[in-house]
Amino acid sequence: MSATAHVEGHVHDDHGHHHHKETFITKYIFSQDHKMIAKQYLITGVLAMGFIGIAMSLMFRMQLAWPGESFAIFQAILGDWAPEGVMDADMYLALVTMHGTIMVFFVLTAGLSGTFSNLLIPLQIGARDMASGFLNMLSFWLFFISTVIMVISIFVEAGPAAAGWTIYPPLSALPMAQPGSGLGMTLWLTSMAIFIASSLLGSLNYIVTVINLRTKGMSMSRLPLTIWAFFITAIIGVISFPVLLSAALLLIMDRSFGTSFFLSDIFIQGEVLHYQGGSPVLFEHLFWFLGHPEVYIVLLPALGITSEVMATNARKPIFGYRAMVASIMAIAFLSTIVWGHHMFISGMNPFLGSVFTFTTLLIAIPSAVKAFNYITTLWKGNLQLNPAMLFSIALVSTFITGGLTGIILGDSFLDINVHDTYFVVAHFHLVMGISALYGLFAGVYHWFPKMFEGRMMNKNLGYVHFWVTAVCAYGVFFPMHFVGMAGVPRRYYENTAFPMFDELADVQVLMTVFALIAGAAQLLFVYNFVSSIFYGKKGPKNPWKSTTLEWTAEVKHIHGNWDGPIPHVHRWAYDYSKVDDHGEYIIPGQDFVPQTVPLQDGEEEMNH
Amino acid sequence: MTTALTFIVLALVGIAIWQMTKIFELSQIRTENAQIANDNDNKNQGYLLFAFLIFIYGITIFSFYKYSKFLLPESSSAHGGSYDYLMLVSFVIIFIVQTITQALLHYFGYKYRGNKENKALFYAENHKLEIIWSVIPAIVLAVLIAWGLYAWTNTMDVNDEDDPLVVELYAQQFNWTARYGGSDNVLGGANVRMIDNDKANVLGLDESDSYAADDVIVKELHLPVNRKVNFKMRSQDVLHSAYMPHFRAQMNCVPGMITEFSFTPTKTTAEIRKDPDVIDKVRRTNKIRAERAAKGEDNSDPWEYDYVLICNKICGRSHYNMQMKIIVETQEEYEAWMKTQRTFGQTMASN
Repeated sequence: MSATAHVEGHVHDDHGHHHHKETFITKYIFSQDHKMIAKQYLITGVLAMGFIGIAMSLMFRMQLAWPGESFAIFQAILGDWAPEGVMDADMYLALVTMHGTIMVFFVLTAGLSGTFSNLLIPLQIGARDMASGFLNMLSFWLFFISTVIMVISIFVEAGPAAAGWTIYPPLSALPMAQPGSGLGMTLWLTSMAIFIASSLLGSLNYIVTVINLRTKGMSMSRLPLTIWAFFITAIIGVISFPVLLSAALLLIMDRSFGTSFFLSDIFIQGEVLHYQGGSPVLFEHLFWFLGHPEVYIVLLPALGITSEVMATNARKPIFGYRAMVASIMAIAFLSTIVWGHHMFISGMNPFLGSVFTFTTLLIAIPSAVKAFNYITTLWKGNLQLNPAMLFSIALVSTFITGGLTGIILGDSFLDINVHDTYFVVAHFHLVMGISALYGLFAGVYHWFPKMFEGRMMNKNLGYVHFWVTAVCAYGVFFPMHFVGMAGVPRRYYENTAFPMFDELADVQVLMTVFALIAGAAQLLFVYNFVSSIFYGKKGPKNPWKSTTLEWTAEVKHIHGNWDGPIPHVHRWAYDYSKVDDHGEYIIPGQDFVPQTVPLQDGEEEMNH
Repeated sequence: MTTALTFIVLALVGIAIWQMTKIFELSQIRTENAQIANDNDNKNQGYLLFAFLIFIYGITIFSFYKYSKFLLPESSSAHGGSYDYLMLVSFVIIFIVQTITQALLHYFGYKYRGNKENKALFYAENHKLEIIWSVIPAIVLAVLIAWGLYAWTNTMDVNDEDDPLVVELYAQQFNWTARYGGSDNVLGGANVRMIDNDKANVLGLDESDSYAADDVIVKELHLPVNRKVNFKMRSQDVLHSAYMPHFRAQMNCVPGMITEFSFTPTKTTAEIRKDPDVIDKVRRTNKIRAERAAKGEDNSDPWEYDYVLICNKICGRSHYNMQMKIIVETQEEYEAWMKTQRTFGQTMASN
């Protein structure tokens, strides 16, 4: 298989040399080059949508800390949705919903996977581009259209979707149940349907590319863990996203064509509706069949990035490469059979709940293995504490902190009293939200030189960004566990209707202050990012002294990545600080051996 | 509280300024790879990682010290005791693991901070270690799973043993209604298609069903202490969730189906009000409310502790204020209260 890829590579070579007349449009807009598409994903998904998503969270956090208070900024941004500067209750729910939707799907799925799968898969496996550059371009532009529709939905007169990011019917199905379930929800569903199409095209492309286009010598057991993570992520995306599409289509039918898939026996605003025989619980099953794997679609790429960044900066091989691959697979497999833990108290048969408790707690085992392997990778390393490395270490920290509380939520019995409280919000923000964002940041700092032709991001701004973010993330989400254990439900516009929550008002203020500071710190990142694109200092070709193939590719972006023939691979990706029998580095004076270097005499190969 | 907050913010601003000055300093020196961490950066960031470990411990201790008193009081239901105990055991395990792993992670980050002189250890695999840290979590989790599932199966087994009181919880945007089976303790048939607001048949009871005639519909849930209650949940419009935090009880209310939950209340409202933790909480809360009253703000009436049923599944605009008071009382008090209620049959007859 590799040989064929190699031959094809040469064909591409010639191709690349003859057709180099690129116009502005083919180079920057309808580009089929994976590196450009990666940047397009990064800018649309992470910078633009990330800004909107985080800004929304800051607004509703202000409402939670100072309920009913009038803010000029609300009036300026929300207009009629904040009469006299006081946020409207429907708008609060809309902000919560859109924050969840945007962060989960647009920033952490498309933004994270789209950016780094596109950038790294061809570069790290030694391919000239994705298997289909055209489908790849199509995938981005479908994503872009879905982004535009989602953003437009924010400006709909009755307000955007407001039924929570999980859009459970009947709330999401009935415009009379809440204003956001009108045109706002229609646009939400349309946008998501297109998003899913985009995601499927992207995922199929990633899978085919990894299977078929690896360069000579790049066996599966020599793949960097990033590629393993992107590959498995794409597979679970292909398995689970179509189910969400079916849920969305059936919901569209219920909403617009009077079917009763999810609705039954409804009396609202003084009249009985005709719906009969549907079940909202069915929707919950369909939604979470995607929804739970989605958590890992978000997290696995971040873990893959962390593996790579951590090994490189620790100047050590990742500990337990095979165990890491096995746990990625185990997590991916288990992730598709645990969805019911979101539904313990949905009215689902309690026996089914028991089964899901069992599978859910099983997933803790590969997760624990990963955490321990990361910690061991640091042990006796020579840690180069670049911003990317710090974000990777912090990812492990929040992954542990957030993951541990999963033991409580995954246990159906203990879930009863913390289900849908702030305890859940704290849990999933730490374990998937913050962790995935850290992985994303680690990736951006680490591969920025690869994306922008050798320019590097400012290190010290990176440090400030990291420390403020790291402190504030715990500052927001650690106290939040206590709010949840006090019984405060999530998605409450204000907690003033319950005197039992009065004394928690101070905690809300504390969390909001941390959130606002954290939000400000992200502006520093944006500044650093944008200014580095234009003024960043050019570093060496392989700034982090990494073994992987992407650093052998041309610094200047060319279609086809390598000017000459595609390099061949002779070893795995983690020969950092490898020594021979005399305790000397394999390549004298250099603590890493690139994958392209053949095995030396008497050298024993790892993991083959 | 405010001082702690100010302190934290000041510390952060301090770090920011210190880092900013470093940027300035470093921009003066033109070294080749200014954007790649050098030994000096490794040293500083290594120390900061250690400081961060202390911060994590600090915020943990701070939160426990300041906030653990906010948690729900001891459970007031029969199964709640085992709930609280398993929760405690899980938390002890979590905190042991959290303390150790965070210490290792950040201490290694500090201890092995890079230096040109140092050499990393090429250490790629150790099957024994990997087996140890797969098997230990597996064993611990197996125990937790078995324990949890045993308790879950018992709790979710809604049956008619021990003569349970049958109560329907009826959810709609944005309020709760409760229905008792009346003297026969059997709920009459009902469906949203039979709702007739003109006749005040708001729950859609079947007027021709003899079991329905003696049903009692109320807006305040009264429960006799130490008698098992079987709840039947219904919703007429969207999903709601009947959350009774003090009883460690929660179940969604789903349009089109009847969901169930069962528990035995073990403490009357009068008893829980005498719980020292609850007395403390009420005192603290009323102090806050008195301050509000002094400033002439809303929501400032003195508060008396009560059990509540609250909605815990997003249901629309007033989701945040969908509640019903629960009163647990002695059998005698309960019967006396029930006598003052009108049956469904009486209500229909008077319309």
